[in-house]
Amino acid sequence: MSQASLAGSAPRTTTMTAPVEIVSARGRLRTGKPWRIVLNVVGVLLAVVWAFPVYWMVNSALLPNVVLEKTRPTLLPFGGSLKNFQAVIADGSFFKALGISVSIAAIVVVVCLIFAFLAALAISRFRFKGRRSFVLAVLFIQMLPAEGMFIAQYKLMAGLGLLNSIIGVSIIYIAAVVPFTIWMLRGFVAGIPADLEEAAMVDGLSRTQAFLRITFPLLAPGLVASGIYAFLQAWNEFTVALVLLDADNKTLPLWLRGFIQQSASTAIDWGQVMAASTLVAVPVIIFFMFVQGRMTSGLVSGAVKG
Amino acid sequence: MLLLPASIIVLLAMAYPVIWQLITSMQQFGLAQQFGAPPEWVWFENYATLFSNPTTWFVVLRSVLFCLAAATVTMVVGIGLALLMQATSKSVRLTLQIALLLAWATPVVAAMTIWNWIFDWRRGLVNWLLTNLGLPFNGHNWLQEPLSFFAVALIIVVWMSVPFVAFSVYAGLTQVPGEVLEAAQMDGASPWQRLRLIIVPIIKPILGIVMLLQIIWDLRVFTQIKLLQDRGSIASKTDVLGTYIYQLGVGSSDFAMASAMSIFVLLLTIALSWAYVRNLIKEDDES
Repeated sequence: MSQASLAGSAPRTTTMTAPVEIVSARGRLRTGKPWRIVLNVVGVLLAVVWAFPVYWMVNSALLPNVVLEKTRPTLLPFGGSLKNFQAVIADGSFFKALGISVSIAAIVVVVCLIFAFLAALAISRFRFKGRRSFVLAVLFIQMLPAEGMFIAQYKLMAGLGLLNSIIGVSIIYIAAVVPFTIWMLRGFVAGIPADLEEAAMVDGLSRTQAFLRITFPLLAPGLVASGIYAFLQAWNEFTVALVLLDADNKTLPLWLRGFIQQSASTAIDWGQVMAASTLVAVPVIIFFMFVQGRMTSGLVSGAVKG
Repeated sequence: MLLLPASIIVLLAMAYPVIWQLITSMQQFGLAQQFGAPPEWVWFENYATLFSNPTTWFVVLRSVLFCLAAATVTMVVGIGLALLMQATSKSVRLTLQIALLLAWATPVVAAMTIWNWIFDWRRGLVNWLLTNLGLPFNGHNWLQEPLSFFAVALIIVVWMSVPFVAFSVYAGLTQVPGEVLEAAQMDGASPWQRLRLIIVPIIKPILGIVMLLQIIWDLRVFTQIKLLQDRGSIASKTDVLGTYIYQLGVGSSDFAMASAMSIFVLLLTIALSWAYVRNLIKEDDES
């Protein structure tokens, strides 16, 4: 859905390999010592290259414009200040966009989790006709490009009178995100042995009770991970928001774009633009660190194993 | 019953638009229709008009070339990084993984503002660096020429998508049994032979899927191109499939043409992913 744009991108369910560091010594390529040093140096250099743009954003956000105006770039934010952040927040449009983004994300997360939870339960606990077609439909929708549908979605929302509304955007997001959340949750539900529920039912609980008391608590981590995934998708989405929302109802990505456009004719206040980017990016980066392992392994193994 | 809520919303927001587009793409959608006249059926005339227009073919060609370039570079760099992560010591690996995560996690719009700043023609870091190396890049506008526009877009797309490839391939590499590699080493297999004969076959399914996803994603890059176009390039020379549909539909309100183009993109995506989906059906049959 990321980059994943929404439907695929995202670009981005089942076996739960750990996040950053889970490497055993298995499968390592053994290399000689001098080589190893060279490779380590290359590794560090590449890490610097990859992290640099994000560093540059924070660095520029902290520097006053007088410093940024100099021909020679300042590489370290010594004597930096939060003035750019204050200036960005001052006019209130940031908080308005934040409010809209938070509302949309909250609707998407809650509705997605309820829908996905029911669907995941159905496909992993019951065998029924059409189950396979449903699973395939889920996969297929993941691949539909948002870029190939926004015109029709625009007309649809116009027809429903939901253009430029939080609800309208949320509906599209939910439809785009729900397949992958079903996929993710399915893996979690499948990981909880049905025997546990059956044992509880033998002990006199109804099917619903058994589920609520036994399976549901075990599912909590899965719900959190799927919820964060849905949040990230809704928070980052740009295309659909651009088409469906007007200037007075901007989500954060649209607001950020507007921010850089505002001053496009004159010299851009890069310090403020970078402060604005930092404000949009930081929550995402923090949340992302929590779920990335599950998303990667989910995408890959879900994709491999069906 | 449990599937109902999810199915309804997906049908409403995904299936209905696809069908609407299919119908609209075969209808006339001119000025009269914008004022409420019922659309006329013209069947495949829109497609004929669209694909007899050389602009369309330039857009398709541009998208395909960009997609192939971006996907290839991403795969090569991503696989390289995954292998590097295996060979480096723990602390270096962790540093590298955190750096990649930063790039991966940055929302695309924020990432685009960062890169626009780095490539800014007036005070951007890249121009400063190149000027200081004695090259004539003072005040050079990268986004003006289509070629350097797409070079910048390529760098950005690669930067953003390499982490996914690197992490996925790395996850695959950790599945390679160490005993087999050791045995091969004792039998005198060179690192290259071990890579080619043992590792590649094992991680092949992952490589296939990651490559496919990259192609699908890169074929329809929208946000990156749109936001680079915002910064003053000639859109007609830099349009790709996504921005072309946007320009047809939102820019000129020609919903029929935009729909026809969208259907083309959908068919292209389906064609690309067909082998993959078929594979899944087969596996699902077996399980």
